[in-house]
Amino acid sequence: MKLPARQPYTGIPRWVSGLAVLAALVVILPLIAIVARVNWANFIPLVTSESALDALGLSLRTSAASTLLCIVLGVPLALVLARGSFPFQRLLRSLVLLPLVLPPVVGGIALLYTFGRQGLLGGALQVLGIQIAFSTTAVVLAQTFVALPFLVVSLEGALRIGGQKYEAVAATLGAPPGVVFRRVTLPLILPGLASGAVLSFARSLGEFGATLTFAGSLQGVTRTLPLEIYLQRETDPDAAVALSLVLVAVAVAVVALAYGRPGGLQRQGPALWGRSGQRPTTPGTAGGTVR
Amino acid sequence: MSFSFQAAVAQRDFDVSLALGPTETVAVMGPNGAGKSTLLSTIAGLVWPDSGRAELNGRTLFHLESGIHQWTPPHRRGTALLAQEPLLFPHLTAVDNVAFGPRSAGVPPRKAKEHALQWLAEVEAEVLAGRRPAGLSGGQAQRVAVARALAADPGLLLLDEPMAALDIHSAPLLRRLLKRVLAGRQAIIVTHDVLDALMLADRVVVLENGRIAEDGPTRDVLERPRSPFAAGLAGLNFVTGTLTASGLRTAGGQGIAPNLEIAGHLEGPGESGPAGAAGLPGAAVFPPSAVSVFLADAHGSPRNSFSVEVTELEPHGDQVRVRGGGLAADITPAASAELGLAPGMRAHFVIKSAAVSIYAT
Repeated sequence: MKLPARQPYTGIPRWVSGLAVLAALVVILPLIAIVARVNWANFIPLVTSESALDALGLSLRTSAASTLLCIVLGVPLALVLARGSFPFQRLLRSLVLLPLVLPPVVGGIALLYTFGRQGLLGGALQVLGIQIAFSTTAVVLAQTFVALPFLVVSLEGALRIGGQKYEAVAATLGAPPGVVFRRVTLPLILPGLASGAVLSFARSLGEFGATLTFAGSLQGVTRTLPLEIYLQRETDPDAAVALSLVLVAVAVAVVALAYGRPGGLQRQGPALWGRSGQRPTTPGTAGGTVR
Repeated sequence: MSFSFQAAVAQRDFDVSLALGPTETVAVMGPNGAGKSTLLSTIAGLVWPDSGRAELNGRTLFHLESGIHQWTPPHRRGTALLAQEPLLFPHLTAVDNVAFGPRSAGVPPRKAKEHALQWLAEVEAEVLAGRRPAGLSGGQAQRVAVARALAADPGLLLLDEPMAALDIHSAPLLRRLLKRVLAGRQAIIVTHDVLDALMLADRVVVLENGRIAEDGPTRDVLERPRSPFAAGLAGLNFVTGTLTASGLRTAGGQGIAPNLEIAGHLEGPGESGPAGAAGLPGAAVFPPSAVSVFLADAHGSPRNSFSVEVTELEPHGDQVRVRGGGLAADITPAASAELGLAPGMRAHFVIKSAAVSIYAT
């Protein structure tokens, strides 16, 4: 006699499954709503209008630049936070993570009073003839501000779990610190770095509040795709929806890249960090928050 | 071409002084927390001692005293460390792992690889050259790790329980390999296994509580242990006390009554003779097979009879090992059944004096 294939016992109560379905709907329904509302006949012209292409190009360029900046600054920061030992280390870690929970518009105001004309560094920057606020540089800075914690958190977890055993062995084999960093530490944290970078890129791409406050909304200079969508919504809802769908598509691609692919980043993690286990990543918002 | 070391680490209550000859391999043994890992880490430069001085082949590893502050970072010490886990770099193939040391020393990639392949051949692992560590068994990975450590051409090789994580089939293979490659090298091997000390080391150092408790040629330490730990390694009973003209008067403690006499061979220091050593602290050492167990105190010489409480019974080969009063006795299962021994019972351990060695400690 053949027994029917059954699921192993899970112990999940029925009402929990019901709430889980509801939770999934909260996320999925709005996405379906957007797809349903798209004006497919005019979709191509809508997303290839001059202002749309300007915004998309600017978004991709600035997000790439801020991701690069996040990597260049975030790797050393994560390394120092995870491995270093200095006073106020815990305080610094908490402060670095602040942009994760801070409303972006507050971040924008903070940046304005740092780099703006009347800001903390404004005078010094003016002497040097540098004007940051309301420029493309400001967009990149705003995006870096909100995206940096994603990278630092991803990496710090990877560094902590990995421990320093490999580094110690490398040193006893005669490798100076620079070589250890390049040939041992960096390759070991690469999966964490990749997922952190993808999340940072996604967060940068979706950045709205801090950008609007600190960089303004100038077509081709500071008006990124989220800003363009917000503007178009007033005058041309069809264009706004079409561009939103573009961002949704990018977000889906990012999530797939970071988590979904079998044998992708998620699978590599445990193998690389040995038996101790889990890959540390932030359960962050991939598409970014619009506030 | 030699190694000298003296260091204190107050936080870990560690104060050890050690020297190695040019081609000497020393086994460091001791209970957990005795400071064995601290010793290796301090030599490798992963732990800073509070004070001390170490030199390897004429190079100062550290010299820390009031007013003097010399410190060589780990990568310039030439003290490769082989740990319990192989710790092969997971992103590099076996051959690239082995080439890591030469590459770090500035050898061009192609030459470093040739060198690495030679070392892999030396540890009989050349077929594994292209494999990643994830695809290696524990024994294979540890062999590659040995090749990696040797390829770095260390002046002193540090081995931290290299066999501990291996299964019973891989350990003998690696032990044979180490015996071959350690010949003619300076090495310090931390181990729990007396077999490692016998096969690999010229000398045994026993660490206890951050101090050296015993130091001598492997054979001497195992034949004439001077510490309870070394006696345990050699599988011998060890009773301390004071030497008398004909034997040893027990010091008491550890479940044995004080002021009992144990008769045996007196092995005194050469010049003064056994009799001249009377009054000195000494030890009586005898194998568990020299101990018989009786329920009543009616047998043998009363001098060599101890009343003890039986604490444990365990199988030991084809014998039963009876523990009590800090001593071990090996008896046949039939004898054990006949006596009806059980933990908590009182029994008499009677020691054959012909099998007892007594010497000053």
